[in-house]
Amino acid sequence: MSLDWFNRKRRSKELNEELESHLAMATEDRWQRGEPQIAAAKAARREMGNFLLIREVTQEMWGGHWWRDLLEDVQYGLRMLWKNPRFLAVAVLTLTLGIGANTALFSIVNGVLLNPLPYPHSEELVTLHESKPNFSTGSISFPNFLDWQKDNRTFSLMAVQRRTSFILTGLGEAEQVDAQLVSSDFFRQLGVVPVIGRDFASGEDRVGAAPVAMITAGLWKRRLGSASDVIGKSLTLDGKAYTIIGVVPANFDLLGTMRSRELFVPVGQWSNPLLMNRAAGLGFHGIGRLKPGVTVAEARADLERVTRNLAETYPDSDKGIGAALIPLRERVLGQAEPFLLLLFGAVGFVLLIACVNVANLLMARSTGRAHEFAIRTALGAGRGRILRQLLTESVLLSAIGGGLGVSLAALATRAALRVLPETLPRAAEVGIDARVLAFAAGISLLAGVCFGLLPALKISKSGAPTALKEGGRGNIGTRHRLQRALVAAEMALALILLVGAGLMIRTLAALWNVNPGFEPKNVLTFGFALPSTMIQANVDSVRAALREVHDKFATTPGVQAVSFSWGAVPLSSDDEWLFWIDGQPKPENDNDMNWALNYVVEPDYLRVMGIPLKSGRFFTSQDDERGQKVAVIDQALADKFFPGSDPVGKRLHLNTGQLVEIVGVVGHVKQWSLDADQKESLQAQLYTPFMQLPDKAMAQSASGIGVLVRSQNSASVFESLRRASTEMSSQQVVFGAQSMKEIIANSLSDRRFSMILLGIFAGVALVLASVGIYGVISYVVGQRTQEIGVRIAMGAQRSEVVRLVLRQGLAMAALGAGIGLAAALPLTRFMQSLLFAISAADPLTYFSVVALLLGVSIAACWIPAHRAARMNPVDALRYE
Amino acid sequence: MVKLQYRNRIELLQGTLDLMILQTLQWGAQHGYGISLAIRNRSGEILQVDTGSLYPALHRLEKQKWVAAEWRVSENKQRAKYYRLTAAGKRQLAQERSRWQQLTEAIAGVLDHSGKETES
Repeated sequence: MSLDWFNRKRRSKELNEELESHLAMATEDRWQRGEPQIAAAKAARREMGNFLLIREVTQEMWGGHWWRDLLEDVQYGLRMLWKNPRFLAVAVLTLTLGIGANTALFSIVNGVLLNPLPYPHSEELVTLHESKPNFSTGSISFPNFLDWQKDNRTFSLMAVQRRTSFILTGLGEAEQVDAQLVSSDFFRQLGVVPVIGRDFASGEDRVGAAPVAMITAGLWKRRLGSASDVIGKSLTLDGKAYTIIGVVPANFDLLGTMRSRELFVPVGQWSNPLLMNRAAGLGFHGIGRLKPGVTVAEARADLERVTRNLAETYPDSDKGIGAALIPLRERVLGQAEPFLLLLFGAVGFVLLIACVNVANLLMARSTGRAHEFAIRTALGAGRGRILRQLLTESVLLSAIGGGLGVSLAALATRAALRVLPETLPRAAEVGIDARVLAFAAGISLLAGVCFGLLPALKISKSGAPTALKEGGRGNIGTRHRLQRALVAAEMALALILLVGAGLMIRTLAALWNVNPGFEPKNVLTFGFALPSTMIQANVDSVRAALREVHDKFATTPGVQAVSFSWGAVPLSSDDEWLFWIDGQPKPENDNDMNWALNYVVEPDYLRVMGIPLKSGRFFTSQDDERGQKVAVIDQALADKFFPGSDPVGKRLHLNTGQLVEIVGVVGHVKQWSLDADQKESLQAQLYTPFMQLPDKAMAQSASGIGVLVRSQNSASVFESLRRASTEMSSQQVVFGAQSMKEIIANSLSDRRFSMILLGIFAGVALVLASVGIYGVISYVVGQRTQEIGVRIAMGAQRSEVVRLVLRQGLAMAALGAGIGLAAALPLTRFMQSLLFAISAADPLTYFSVVALLLGVSIAACWIPAHRAARMNPVDALRYE
Repeated sequence: MVKLQYRNRIELLQGTLDLMILQTLQWGAQHGYGISLAIRNRSGEILQVDTGSLYPALHRLEKQKWVAAEWRVSENKQRAKYYRLTAAGKRQLAQERSRWQQLTEAIAGVLDHSGKETES
């Protein structure tokens, strides 16, 4: 092969020389006949014709192997593509978008749906829940779980788990660590083997068992330097010593739901007093492994039997409680699957449009190349040969587009997964693997053949005589109808998506302008925990320690106001207290009491949050544990429970056992969301002083409270506060800093995701539609070259020609926009629930989108229009 | 310009170019440019052989071993690739010539015959 290759190289060089010598002799002859030398050389070259083409057809006479032909086709194809960089750029951009979008989505579908779950025999794994009257998949109480585990006959293993967190001390600076409470068989049933050490043994998950813990390889490396003698060492969590028994592999994660966990602790170690209460679900959910050969239906029937027995034995707590089983894959991926497949279908459509566009571009280009193919045909190249050349070129195009598309997909998926890590299960498993590359190569090849075949057949069919004599002019009208319809459809689709994206942008802008009832700018929130030695300390010393911390924080440079917080935080977390008004009879049971959101805060809270005081006063430093118990209510509570009367001076009984006097009224704060706060039934808000927190709660607050700080610069002040805290004690923990702005942004994340998604799709649709209109108009201009030439020769102004072409483009765009408008109006009504403060038929959005679309269409037609106008009429008339 | 040339040219029947090349080479080895000059001169400037047809034809004939090529220096000190007729080429020329003879006689017959008919 290599010998052949060199031989061919040599012959190719020789042919060049031969043609050069021909040229030299022809020049010489002319010169000797008296022509000036430069003119002679020019004339000789002109007489000779297209050097490259001659070389090409001559080399074809040599014959050869298919791969050599292919190589030549590729070389020639690349040269031809390079000769027309604008065509190359537009076609490659289109294909990159089409193939890139498909590859990106396929890599997600592949990682999330196609790849098997990373556990042995994952089809045997099911998630377990209690079915209760109000919850089809409610949480399982630990005592019930223990009975399920003991009494079932269809599971080889089952386990429950729940998220928690610990304050880790004794390893340098104290910190808060995300953790998971698990029962003994959790890792064993998933087939997860510890890197070193052992798994939890059965019985180790019971209340009263010796405290043990497993750590992740991440924590092992981060805090323990991956020391191999870590097994048996002690770890202090919330002030209690745990023995490390094993290290969990670094990549362990339950399908994206446990990414942040660094610690695993047996359920029995949980300090929650309700743990052994059979009626308390406490957020535990289970996973079970079916015995080989057992179906989900059989297991369901089995657990039904178990729960029925439990309901008979413990009617007080278990009446009406059943078991819900959902295959693990379905539970984790069930919601994502239809959504992903829908998106996949949508991008498939995008690729189809891209192919149609490139086919149009190829048709437009073919008018300029008809002559080239006519010569080749005249020189004996068969139809198959030309067809192969054209297909080589189109596959080359799609290969370039595919290569760029894969790069685009890699970047895009990485960016996208950063934006929505929580939304998508198994997001960490998404990546470009061999299957994704094969897919990209496959669709590139398929696309290349698809968009190349039709134009190639058309060109190769119009053989030498017609092309030479007619220049490929044909019956224009009918042939373009389909192309125009497709472009109009692309325009319509782009308009619909643009309207959707526009409505979301307007909605988000409106939401950012909503007054939440407080001033979120420059407010920082974070968690704080006292040293774990304080967890069992008495209430007075906790109070004293917190006072000291408050003073330290308040005097930290940059801090303008600071307040501890317990209970609810606006737009972030909620907590309720029950109450009845003093003077009214105490309600029979809890259900008949009044509800209020409770905010336990310090005197500076109003300054931190910028909440207005309506009447009376807010707390002072005198409202402490020794002072009279007081409360402040919001306008909503005042309006609901004290209509027409002054609430100040009235007293409330709280379900904490306290009797508090109302001393002031403040403005209502949006607790639930910026847009739908009014829809929530619970609006009443109750503030109580932090230092008057009931003793039991005060003692608990040592292990974690919220802190809200107003400052000039939230980012830098957190660093100062963290340092201030460490100065006091390295065992104090400051964690989970978030600015109020971020909290608000998070509350809008669903909408923002919709906006980004619609925006991306709209952008792609707009680019494709403009490429489409550019391709068709270029083609039409090519076909009408002679007509335009005649017009110019007859004295038509260039501007008239431009207008003539633009009018054609605009007609197509306007048709598409019209169809799009007609479709968008009913379709956007489905978005109504996502919109805020604007109607789905928002005129500004529609007007801007139509203007944008028509503007882009004009821009896309501008290039071919000007090419037509600049045309030299003489050339145009000869143009064949 | 190039395109116009194509129009005004008398289109050659398939195979006639091969015949003319072989015939030209019968008078001695010649390079491509010389062959095109010879055909133009002998046809009284009517037949202009397009370079894009000439060289594919030469290489095709070479592949069929009817002509052989070698590099020589021309009388003007110009290095050029000279083609000469091989023995197989000579046989091919004889065959082609007789076929051409038959063809022209046949066509002439048709033309003469139809001429007589219209006269009568």
